[in-house]
Amino acid sequence: MRFVQNFPFFSIILSMFAGIVSSVLPSRAAKWVNTVLIVTVGILSVVLLAYLTGTGEPFVYWMGHFPAPWGNEIRAGVLEAGMALFFCVIMLLSMAGGRKKLIGEVEYSKHSLYYIMVDLLLSSLLALVYTNDLFTAYVFVEINTISACGLIMIRQNGRTIEAAVRYMIMSLLGSGLFLMGLCTLYDLTGHLLMSNIRESVVQLMEQGAYAVPLTVTIGLISAGLAIKSALYPFHTWLPDAYGYSTVSSAAMLSSLVSKGYIFLLIKIIYRVIGFEVFARSRIIDVLFVFGVLGMIFGSVSAIRENDIRRMIAFSSVAQIGYIYMGIGLGTQIGMTASIFHILSHAATKSLLFIAAIGLTDVSRGSRRFIDLTGAGYRHRMAGVAFTVGSLSMVGVPMFSGFVSKLLFAEASVGHVYKMLPAVVALAVSTILNAIYFMKTVIRIYVPERRMDREIITVRKEPVYAAVLVCFILLNIALGMLSQPVVEWIGSGLDMFG
Amino acid sequence: MFGPNLFHNAGGCVAVILFGIGFSNLLLQKNLIKKIIGLNIMDTAVYLYLAVKGYIAGRVAPIVTDGVQEVGAYINPVPSGLVLTGIVVSVSVTAIMLSLTIRLYRRYHTLDLDEISMRLKKEGL
Repeated sequence: MRFVQNFPFFSIILSMFAGIVSSVLPSRAAKWVNTVLIVTVGILSVVLLAYLTGTGEPFVYWMGHFPAPWGNEIRAGVLEAGMALFFCVIMLLSMAGGRKKLIGEVEYSKHSLYYIMVDLLLSSLLALVYTNDLFTAYVFVEINTISACGLIMIRQNGRTIEAAVRYMIMSLLGSGLFLMGLCTLYDLTGHLLMSNIRESVVQLMEQGAYAVPLTVTIGLISAGLAIKSALYPFHTWLPDAYGYSTVSSAAMLSSLVSKGYIFLLIKIIYRVIGFEVFARSRIIDVLFVFGVLGMIFGSVSAIRENDIRRMIAFSSVAQIGYIYMGIGLGTQIGMTASIFHILSHAATKSLLFIAAIGLTDVSRGSRRFIDLTGAGYRHRMAGVAFTVGSLSMVGVPMFSGFVSKLLFAEASVGHVYKMLPAVVALAVSTILNAIYFMKTVIRIYVPERRMDREIITVRKEPVYAAVLVCFILLNIALGMLSQPVVEWIGSGLDMFG
Repeated sequence: MFGPNLFHNAGGCVAVILFGIGFSNLLLQKNLIKKIIGLNIMDTAVYLYLAVKGYIAGRVAPIVTDGVQEVGAYINPVPSGLVLTGIVVSVSVTAIMLSLTIRLYRRYHTLDLDEISMRLKKEGL
């Protein structure tokens, strides 16, 4: 075994230990531990990605000394390593961009708690990405939920506590369904490791046995993870949780937490149930329908919103809808589009959240649109960044959002029944996106009336500006260099098989 | 068609019905404490399901006694292990929910989630 093959395990265990150590460290040290941890895990993932691209073969890593049907396993392919790297990049940028707000909004004594939560969030995300065992996945899903709840309520006011309660209730419903599905699957197949379950499922399908229980299981698992990742009718907790928590939390919740669950679902589709079996079950059509509904109703709610943070939050509902629509198409290219949209949405949504606080800071802290008039002139960097994010969300060429929309359209063409609804929903949703994002961009670039203008000086914030520049570059890179990324996703999906 | 199977799987059926009761309580109750009770019923139902499925009549726990080495004499220990892990997870989420409930109660002096939402809207934060 090569030394590099230890890296997935190292990344998970490092982030857990960092969380434990941070509980006795002062806030300042916890902050450095957190930053060093994210950078280290990022570097480990880069090396792993390079190694895996070189060999072109995924590998399985035993946790402990027991072979396949008994022991616990970690499995890494190019897609997993790349996702881990991407999550690290987004997390690092979100933490750096929201640091100033965190200092303002959260008591200093609670900062080390915040870093513990972030460390645990990273470890659970990595575990969800790498694990090859379904029950381990369940345990880390719960750790993810608990740390996400901590991220929401670290800023103490009535709204965030209520949002945290609502988030917990929805998440627990989701994980209950997921656990029940997992237990029935274990009952049907007698295995917990993904590859072993897959073999048993193939056998069951050949014999034609247990068709109904298998469908119920697929339904339970999909519904559980869909509820947890805020698919359309289950999104009620989302606007408050994203809108009122501190900005790093909002950026990480929208771009990492929900994406971790979706990635787990995709992994389960490929590695546990089997893509063919999933595509033939009716569950996929349900996901498609709710995805399409989410694309439209999420955008409609965003248009009606009068608060910039909540508007961005509702836009997330629409974007999650896109991802499920892609999964619901039931083709390889649809899945590729969904995974690309996971990346593109993560890069864009955290950019929008971080840019929005720059705009609200120069508008006396108000987030209502009327007060944001002319904010783009008062804080130029944030204005430019917000515009880039909006253009990307709407789907203007050069930015990442355009590529994912193109991929979705390409994926839906050629599908007999789903082509028309998918393409129509894409078109309608794009127009609705354009309405609310362009409305905001125009609003921040309308000059203020002279008489009620007061001088607001913007302090120079080099870190904040650098973060925004990094996000913009990431967005443009995803938009311009989409071909290698799509090829990477394709080879990763092949390794799943 | 369902008769003998239903009888044979009576334990599993009870577990699923309990799961449904817990799930709907967690989803539909207004009172936060009742929601948490629903959560616990739901989780416990899953453990019951695992325990029922892991039990095989006539076999004993997998600890070698009297030198009996053959596999057929013992049950599989993994379902019990899953139940233990599940209990740990369930205890920690229950603790978080209860602590959040205490915080909300101190602030608003009610356990009704809808009423709390109404007051938050009035506060207009």
